[in-house]
Amino acid sequence: MTETPIAIEARNAVKSFGQGAVAVRALDDVSVQIRRGEFFTLLGPSGCGKTTLLRLIAGFETPTSGQILLGGEDITHLPPNKRPVNTVFQSYALFPHLSVAQNIAFGLEMQNRPRAEVAATVARMLALVQLEPMANRKTSQLSGGQQQRVALARALAPTPKVLLLDEPLSALDLKLRKEMQIELKRLQQETGITFVFVTHDQEEALTMSDRIAVMSAGHIQQVGSPRDIYTRPANRFVASFIGETNFLTGTSDGTRVVLGNGAAVDVTAPKGPVTLAIRPEQVRIAGVDGGGMPATVASTVYFGTDTHLHLTLSDGTAVVARQQSPAAGGIDAPKGAQVGITLPTDALQVLGE
Amino acid sequence: MAERSFEVARLPGFKFIAITAFVLLYMPIITLVVYSFNSGQSVAVWEGFSLDWYGKAWANEAVKGATYRSLIIAASASAIATTVATMAALGTTRRKAFKGQTFIYVMINQPLMVPEIVTAVALLIFFASIKVATGYNGLIYLIIAHAAFCIPFAYLPIRARLEGMDLTLETAAADLYASHWQTFRRVTLPLMLPGIIAGAMLAFVISLDDVVITEFVKSGGQDTLPTYMLGQMRRAVTPEVNAISTVLLALTVVLLTAFFLLTRKND
Ligand SMILES: Nc1ncnc2c1ncn2[C@@H]1O[C@H](COP(=O)(O)OP(=O)(O)O)[C@@H](O)[C@H]1O
Ligand SMILES: [Mg+2]
Repeated sequence: MTETPIAIEARNAVKSFGQGAVAVRALDDVSVQIRRGEFFTLLGPSGCGKTTLLRLIAGFETPTSGQILLGGEDITHLPPNKRPVNTVFQSYALFPHLSVAQNIAFGLEMQNRPRAEVAATVARMLALVQLEPMANRKTSQLSGGQQQRVALARALAPTPKVLLLDEPLSALDLKLRKEMQIELKRLQQETGITFVFVTHDQEEALTMSDRIAVMSAGHIQQVGSPRDIYTRPANRFVASFIGETNFLTGTSDGTRVVLGNGAAVDVTAPKGPVTLAIRPEQVRIAGVDGGGMPATVASTVYFGTDTHLHLTLSDGTAVVARQQSPAAGGIDAPKGAQVGITLPTDALQVLGE
Repeated sequence: MAERSFEVARLPGFKFIAITAFVLLYMPIITLVVYSFNSGQSVAVWEGFSLDWYGKAWANEAVKGATYRSLIIAASASAIATTVATMAALGTTRRKAFKGQTFIYVMINQPLMVPEIVTAVALLIFFASIKVATGYNGLIYLIIAHAAFCIPFAYLPIRARLEGMDLTLETAAADLYASHWQTFRRVTLPLMLPGIIAGAMLAFVISLDDVVITEFVKSGGQDTLPTYMLGQMRRAVTPEVNAISTVLLALTVVLLTAFFLLTRKND
C-alpha cells in the first residue's frame, strides 16, 4: 500500500435509516479527510450523526451511498472484522466472561498472532494503561475509569490503523474525565495511531484535538484546528456552538458594514445584509462615558478573575463583553452605567449561512 | 413510611393456613421417603429401618431396564430439545419485533398449552401408522415425543438469558477481528451457556417425569421408571416403589437446585 498522508476518508457519504416518510438522513453527503497520526474530533450536538459516521468507518453500517476509504483503498463494503480499525465503545462493551488480560488479548487471538507475541503485547498494554495488578480480575470488579482503560487497551492492542472513540469519557465524573483527557492525549502521542474521537463537549474538543470537524444535522459545518474553529468560525452554527459569541447584524457596502445602531466598522464583506461575530473577550470597553459606541450595562456576572458585562447598544442589540474584574485592573462598571465599546476590526468575523 | 402496606402474613389464621398447606404438600412425600426405609412389606405400618427395598429394586431386572430406558430417553430428548430451543431462542430474540412473532412463540410453546392427553393420543395414532409401515419399534419414538414436549421448557431459560445479553458485545467481537463463527463460539455461546445448561436440566427432569405421553407412545417392553411404577401400583404396592420414587425425587431435587442456581440473576 502506498503511504498516503490520509488515514481515513469519507467521500459523499450518505446514510438514511428507514424508508419513505419516516426516513431519517443521519448523514447527508459528508466528505472528510482524516490525516495519518492526528487526533481528530467529531464535535456536534446529540443526534447530529457523529456515531453514524463512526459506525460507517468501523464497518457496522454501510453507507446508503458514497464511499469510505482507508489509506486510499475503498473499504466501503468490507466487514468490520476485516478492517484494521478498532473501536472504544461508549458503554465499553467489555466481555463479562473474560478477565482483563483475556479482554485485551481477544483481538490479537482473533488475528492468530503467535502466543508469545500475544502475551508480550498484553503485558505492554497493561503497562501502558497502568493496570498490571488487575490483569486477572473480572471486568465487573473494576471501577468505571479502570473499565475505560481496559476498553482502550483492548482496542489499541492489535495496533489498528485508526482508533475510533465514541464519547468515551461521557460516563465519567468531571475529575476522572480531566485525567482521562490527558491520558488519552498521551496514549495517542505514544502510539502514533490516528484517533477519531467523538464528543459533544466543545471544551473537550478544543483542548484535545489536532483538528475538529463540527457537525450539525448530518452535515459537516467546518473542519479546522481548534484555533481556526474558535477564531474563524465558518458560520453562525459553529460560532454559537463553540464558546460564547456576540452576533451583530448590519448592512455591507463591500468595505464597510453599518450596524443596527448606525455605527460603521471597516470590514470587508459581500454587499447586502451580513452577520458579524465577535467573542466576548475581544469586545473592548473604552471606558465609562469614554469613546466608542455607547452602551448601557444591563447586568454584570462575576467569575472571579473575570467579569462578564451584559451590555445593550442604542438599538437594543445585546452584547456580552468579558473583561478582568475591577480588582485585577478592569473597569468598574456597575449596572446601569453608560460605557463606550470598540470592536477591533480584526476580531470581527463575517459569517456565512 | 409509618403506615405499612397491606400484608397477608398479618391476617389472623395466616400461620395456620400456611402450615396446613405445607403439611399437605410435603407430608405425603415425607411419608413416601420414610417408608422406603421400612423393613416390612407395608407402606403404612412401620416395622423398622432397612435398605432392603433399595437393594431389591436395584436387583430387579425390570427396574434396571426401566431406569436405563428413562435415562437414555431423558438424555437424548433433552439434548435434542436443547439444541432446537437454542436455535429457536437465537432466532427469536436479539432483533426488533417482527411479523409473526407471537405466532412463533405460540408454536414453540404449544406443548405447554395443548392438554397432554390430546398430544398423547395424537402421537399414538401418528406413530402407530409409522410403526406399521416401517416395522421398526425402537426407543426413537419415545425420544422424539419427549423432545417435542421438552422444547418449551428448554426454550424459556435460554430465551431469558439471551434477552438480557448486550448486543454491543457481538459488535465489539466483530470489531476485534472475530468472524461470525468466532463471535458465536467465543462470545455469544459462553454468555448463553448458563441458560443452555439450565434449559437442558429442566428438559431432562420433565422427560424423566413423564407418564401420560410415554404410556401412550411406548411399545411393549419399553417401560420407563414412571410407567413401570404405574404398572406396579396396579398390583401389590410394596416399599420398592417408594425406594424408586425416592431416588427419582433425589435426582430431581439435585437438578432443580442446580437449575435455580444457574438462573439466579446476580452473575
Ligand atoms: N439504527 C438507527 N435507526 C434509525 N435511526 C437511527 C439509527 N441510528 C441513528 N439514527 C438516527 O440518526 C441520527 C443520528 O444519530 P447518531 O449518529 O447516533 O447521532 P450522534 O451520535 O451524533 O448523537 C439521529 O436522528 C438518530 O435518531
Ligand atoms: Mg452518539
